[in-house]
Amino acid sequence: MTRLLSASATVLAIALAAALAGSLEGVRTVLAVAVPYAAFAVLVLGLSWRVVRWSLAPVPFRIPTVCGQQKSLPWIASSRLESPHTTAGVIGRMALEILAFRSLFRNTGSRLERGPRLVYREARWLWLAALLFHWSLLVILLRHLRLLVEPVPTLALVLDRLDGFFQVGAPVVYLSDGLILVSLTYLLQRRVRNPQVRYISLFTDYFALVLLGAIAVSGMWMRYFARADTVAIKQFAIGLTVFRPAVPANLGDWFFVHLALVATLAAYLPFSKLVHLGGVFLSPTRNLANNNRMKRHLNPWNYPVKVHTYQEWEQEFHDKMAAAGLPLERP
Amino acid sequence: MSNPNPKPEELVQIGYQPPSKDWMDPSVEFRKGTFCYSALPKNLNYLGLPNAREWQPFDEDWKLPPDWKQIILDGMKERLEKYRSFRLFMDICVRCGACADKCHFYLGSGDPKNMPVLRAELMRSIYRRYFTPAGRLLGPLAATPLAGGRELTEDVVKEWFYYFYQCTECRRCSVFCPYGIDTAEITMIGRELLNLIGCNINWVLEPAANCFRTGNHLGIQPHGFKDSLDFAVDELEELTGIRVDASINRKGAEVLFIVPSADYFGTPHYYTFLGYLALLHEIGLDYTFSAFASEGGNFGLFNSHEMIKRLNAKVYAEARRLGVKWILGGECGHMWRVLHQYMDTMNGPADFLEAPVSPVTGTRFENARSTKMVHICEFTADLIHEGKLRLDPARNNRWTVTFHDSCNPARAMGLLEEPRYILRSVCQRFHEMPENTIREQTFCCGSGSGLGTDENFEMRMRGGLPRANAVRYVKEKYGVNLLACICAIDKATLPPLLEYWVPGVEVAGIHELVGNALVMRGEKPRSTDLRGEPLVELEAAHA
Ligand code: HEM
Ligand code: SF4
Ligand code: SF4
Repeated sequence: MTRLLSASATVLAIALAAALAGSLEGVRTVLAVAVPYAAFAVLVLGLSWRVVRWSLAPVPFRIPTVCGQQKSLPWIASSRLESPHTTAGVIGRMALEILAFRSLFRNTGSRLERGPRLVYREARWLWLAALLFHWSLLVILLRHLRLLVEPVPTLALVLDRLDGFFQVGAPVVYLSDGLILVSLTYLLQRRVRNPQVRYISLFTDYFALVLLGAIAVSGMWMRYFARADTVAIKQFAIGLTVFRPAVPANLGDWFFVHLALVATLAAYLPFSKLVHLGGVFLSPTRNLANNNRMKRHLNPWNYPVKVHTYQEWEQEFHDKMAAAGLPLERP
Repeated sequence: MSNPNPKPEELVQIGYQPPSKDWMDPSVEFRKGTFCYSALPKNLNYLGLPNAREWQPFDEDWKLPPDWKQIILDGMKERLEKYRSFRLFMDICVRCGACADKCHFYLGSGDPKNMPVLRAELMRSIYRRYFTPAGRLLGPLAATPLAGGRELTEDVVKEWFYYFYQCTECRRCSVFCPYGIDTAEITMIGRELLNLIGCNINWVLEPAANCFRTGNHLGIQPHGFKDSLDFAVDELEELTGIRVDASINRKGAEVLFIVPSADYFGTPHYYTFLGYLALLHEIGLDYTFSAFASEGGNFGLFNSHEMIKRLNAKVYAEARRLGVKWILGGECGHMWRVLHQYMDTMNGPADFLEAPVSPVTGTRFENARSTKMVHICEFTADLIHEGKLRLDPARNNRWTVTFHDSCNPARAMGLLEEPRYILRSVCQRFHEMPENTIREQTFCCGSGSGLGTDENFEMRMRGGLPRANAVRYVKEKYGVNLLACICAIDKATLPPLLEYWVPGVEVAGIHELVGNALVMRGEKPRSTDLRGEPLVELEAAHA
């Protein structure tokens, strides 16, 4: 509980500091210009550093976790996605993992009943919530292009239309906004209420969720209630992207809160578990083909080791082998 | 044993509610029945491993080398640079908990540190303290529950020992993890690190030392190997009336056949061994055993990557010396993890061998064209499919069979259909256990990776509970009385497990059932199966 509270307090403190800074004439420019640039730089450099470090570490052995029938005899159907033996199969497997969270979909829950009887049931809520959260996040991020690029990319326009499809009236309520709130709430309550998950949760686990939630809430507040001046915001945002930053006076407190929280997320991401967004592509149990016996895998640091040779072995047991009539190299 | 083993009714009182004690507290209690004894100095010395000494896990003083902490930290650093798996798995876990109740040790013990995620966190907390920017920046301040780091202390070493020897490296957790994080990989590295300061268990090191010296885990010397083979040939003659020819170290044979040593020394493995002999004779395969490579198993896998390579080297060396064309491998789980995922990389290329072709059917084993080693289930499935065997499945009518996928053939190889195809051909009543307890989701026997000792009995029974439970389900539903499997460790450890949780179900290898069903040319009318038990006429066959 202390971990959740301290995570929430940290996020709140950042938000309040941002609101305060946004209202102070001199500090405002720093917050609106220096902080986003710095955070973005940390994100790009930090993430590249992480990915480079992973890539520099070799993959000495081909260790896929095989989840289906291997390719062996021609009349046995092999599982191309769960036990891929071709590059296309591996790409398919990775696509399923990244786009549909295939492995999480397998999730089961277990219960020990009298008897004893262990029973398992399907437990897909985590999968559903995780999937909704990530897809909503992606849609929301892409929709932001509307504010960052002029003319607005078609993708952002299309998403806008689809996402707002179910709504009449203004402002359009986006589907993704609702889903991200619901899914984040589910994930957070699961962390708190499930005793096992609570037991393993660290400060950073709560911090990530609360921070993302706060970003979502501040964004929505701006859109639906504070009715922020999107023309001013867009002007400011485009200024940032072309390195001619100008800070209009009418951005509003909520915008500064939103901006500071996003900057926090960006700077925090490379140093937290959120780097899974890059790491998932590199996982050697998933992105290697189960073709171990078909194609030799090379280990760059394979070094010679001390072995017991046949000659040493025969020497030790020579007489016994001779007596037993076993063939010998040196009779 | 001094204190009697707990009864099943007691053992099954499992609380899954985590304790109030924070997991970052490393203290563990070495309770009898839940850990393995330390490795004897003679075994460490034989293998040239560091810090050989007399000690036991329940001792206060573990007699670690003075610079043990630096050794571990240096060892971690080295491995973070050598294994992408290790670095990545340290970095990207989101602690979603999807893996938590997938581990048989957690299901059987309720100990939260047996949740794969926490097992890994035992290591990750040290990683966060010593190897991340925040950890290095904050120093000791990073070793707080809030920051998620821990100081590396002797208590942590003891905790690692306890929990890394409470993981059977079965890789079930990895199937469910959204990033494929494989806790077995972390356990393997953890054991490797412990090994650097001499904290190992005898049940791993003694077989490894034996294997290094004599060629097999049991320390059977070449003449002893010949004796057991001769004995098996005699026995098979008594049972079938046919005298098979089984040669040892014969140069120029087409195929080298390597089996786990338990096959010719353990029960019920031995009946599978008889099955191999009958089968290979019947099809007239030109093969030889080797007394030098008289072990396919490789306990190096449970010690260090280097030890895997040291023990595995003899396979190719012997194939080259004997001048065979390719290699056939018997029924064994961890042996096949090594043969499938490590051997070619470590000790290949096997360019002096030929891509395996079955001389009986002409089938070319394309899937083994580089490693040149074929699993006997692949080989036999092909024989059956091509109609090369005369089989009388009624001879297995004593049994109602289910199949236990051993962890490694399932999750390292994907050898799922071959054994099933064979089983359906050689016996008439075969029933699967529930879906999420077989194939890639199979549950471990609970005694793999060198944990199958008597002193570890309670933990083994706990870890084997999910497997036993699934067996019990098919026993009650279909009257299953035989659990077939293709792993030497399974054959040794499932019988006591089933006796404990599901009395009345026996254990057999697939090739025992093949040997029973196989109608050999010129055999005498069989009155018994390979166990010497009378064949059963089945009335139900008419129903
Ligand atoms: C390639 C892109 C990504 C993939 C494939 C991916 C996949 C996953 C998966 C499978 C989970 C586990 C399920 C869960 O706990 O919800 C997860 C968790 C999480 N992801 Fe991602 N993710 C990606 C990008 C991101 C990004 C960009 C963020 C935010 C900046 C993010 C934030 C999170 C958070 C906060 C959790 C933990 C949820 C919890 O605490 O329960 N992910 N991700
Ligand atoms: S399933 Fe994977 S990401 Fe989730 S807690 Fe387990 S190891 Fe971590
Ligand atoms: S590898 Fe197997 S024993 Fe080890 S943590 Fe994972 S599920 Fe448990």
